[in-house]
Amino acid sequence: MSKETKEKAKKMKLSLPEEELMNSGHLACQGCGATLAMRFVLKALGQKTVLCIPACCWSVIDGPFPYSCLDVPIFHCAFETAASSASGVKAGLEMVGDTETTVVAWAGDGGTFDIGIQALSGTAERNDDILYICYDNEAYMNTGIQRSSATPYGAWTTTTPVKHFKNRPKKDMVAIMAAHSIPYVATASIGYPEDLFRKAKKAKDIKGTRFLHIYAPCPSGWKTRPEDTVKLSRMVVQNAIFPLYEIENGEKYTLNIKLREKKPVDDYLRIQGRFRHLSDEEIEYIQGEVDKKWGKLLKQCGAN
Amino acid sequence: MRKVIMGNHALSYGAMLGRSQVIAAYPITPQTQVVELLSEMCADGTLDAKFIKVESEHSAMAACLGASLAGARTFTATSSQGLTLMHELLHWASGGRLPVVMGNINRAMAPGWSIWSDQNDSLSQRDTGWMQFYCGSNQEVLDTVIQAFKVSEALHIPSMVILDAFSLSHTYEVVDVPDQDKVDEFLPPYKPRIRITPEEPHAFGGLTGPEHYFELRYKLQKEMEKAPALIEKTGKEYEKFFGRYLGLVEDHRCGDAELILITSGTMGNTAKVAVDMLREEGMKVGNLRIKVFRPFPFETVRKILKGARKVAVVDRNISYGYHGIFYQEVKSALYGQDSNLPLFGFIAGLGGRDITPETFREIVQYTKEKDRPEEEIVWIGVKR
Repeated sequence: MSKETKEKAKKMKLSLPEEELMNSGHLACQGCGATLAMRFVLKALGQKTVLCIPACCWSVIDGPFPYSCLDVPIFHCAFETAASSASGVKAGLEMVGDTETTVVAWAGDGGTFDIGIQALSGTAERNDDILYICYDNEAYMNTGIQRSSATPYGAWTTTTPVKHFKNRPKKDMVAIMAAHSIPYVATASIGYPEDLFRKAKKAKDIKGTRFLHIYAPCPSGWKTRPEDTVKLSRMVVQNAIFPLYEIENGEKYTLNIKLREKKPVDDYLRIQGRFRHLSDEEIEYIQGEVDKKWGKLLKQCGAN
Repeated sequence: MRKVIMGNHALSYGAMLGRSQVIAAYPITPQTQVVELLSEMCADGTLDAKFIKVESEHSAMAACLGASLAGARTFTATSSQGLTLMHELLHWASGGRLPVVMGNINRAMAPGWSIWSDQNDSLSQRDTGWMQFYCGSNQEVLDTVIQAFKVSEALHIPSMVILDAFSLSHTYEVVDVPDQDKVDEFLPPYKPRIRITPEEPHAFGGLTGPEHYFELRYKLQKEMEKAPALIEKTGKEYEKFFGRYLGLVEDHRCGDAELILITSGTMGNTAKVAVDMLREEGMKVGNLRIKVFRPFPFETVRKILKGARKVAVVDRNISYGYHGIFYQEVKSALYGQDSNLPLFGFIAGLGGRDITPETFREIVQYTKEKDRPEEEIVWIGVKR
């Protein structure tokens, strides 16, 4: 580090708390977006947190029995039960006199969009006081890259081979959650840590069911370079494939990252092995779909 | 206080007197009155508990597990299709050593749709690591729930309290409802050694390799082996408080009986009536009603069957491809014993077909007349 850089670094203010509740020794792959998601979220939630983690990458990342890389307790629960387990933990804690702890359901996209959606819908409809966080790596990565309903149109996975790539759009989970009229729904990306931190903190202080949808790249499953994880997490916001916004009480939409100049989807898709097979026409189709959804979102946010 | 209540409400009163703190349940016929009364009790403050009105039985059990892990006393109730939907999480409860107590109303499995009684729902959960108590009266239902909390919490093993659809769930009987103060003295609050709390962060149920998993299961079995003695001890303690003994089995006139019927659930009480009738006619018969199916009371059953010349097991269930499920257990209890006791296996009453004193007369007649059963399974009342 040059003298100049050192001086600069001294003057820089940390935009996130220094305290770490996630330690070294975790078992994630290189460049894993889900680990960054956990690290940032725990900085916001603090130590008074209980996690309910169903089957997903994070049930491995944390470390095998008797180890854990986190300084908060974890209930490793069944695949489809993140939300219902969290509802139970919250009720149980309250009955034994702990009304402060933030109870978090921490699940992947398979556990949220697919197998866990029934329990999640139940929890949200009852407005149970939990924070549900889905870290979305857009397929069943822990079992070996099988498609989920969060897999985007056009992607290769081991169950959507190139000849029959996924030809259905990604399920709009955020809209589904907003339709439950819960107090808080938000999207976040690990490429925008301050925004993610703010949202996790905001969610922590709201009563009722809160849903946070975090974009978290998976180099092993997406066939991307580990060092591109953060880059992808910024590109995906800038090209409006994964816009950052929040919805309060199912009605009030706010766009958090405004785009002065919306980038084309092309560059984002081209650097990922999972989209390598796409023709120009298919990319054009994807661009059209993204534009449509973006236009709709701008209207919802009243930010035309 | 003596009240006239239905079997389902006996479950609710048991859960209330046990001071359940979290209840999560989903409605299914014929269980609904259990949770209706409990939600009223929670709403009017009779019971200080959180009632989570979940969207499925699977979520009911999941929420119970979370609440139990947080250190709360937890209760739910279900039946049949609901119980089998929970199957995955029944393993989770015992494997996680979470002492949830659950009422299950025995109802036959679909298809065809049936709401009537048989035991295949609960017996197909035999190997999930739950204790199973089969009740014969509404009084027993209430008393069993309270004792089940105590035994479950001591062993960290969940309990299922089981009663027949309609013939118990919807039948009104006089039940002595104990005083809350006395129940509190008998059953102190649940204080787990370890629970999920940020004050002491642990990871529960994480990835467990071959070097550890085996021992966890060994420990579960070792604790389960303690259950028969603990159930008897708890029963005696309960008797001191409330004057009623639960125990592992009910022995009705087996002492000098030449022919012993083995029954479970409500039909066990019908069998008692039949035994008394047949005794009057000069037949030396007795009835052994098995109350605790898991852990199976092998020792007690062997002891009671010692003097018998013939045994007739009546099952309201079947393990397809083999036999009645109680029959299998009794047969394995007798294996290696000196006697070559003829064992007759009857299947009756599937899907709620009535089992009456006449059914037992037919069973006793068949057993008396033959040295050995002529068929592996003797079907009673089936239209062939």
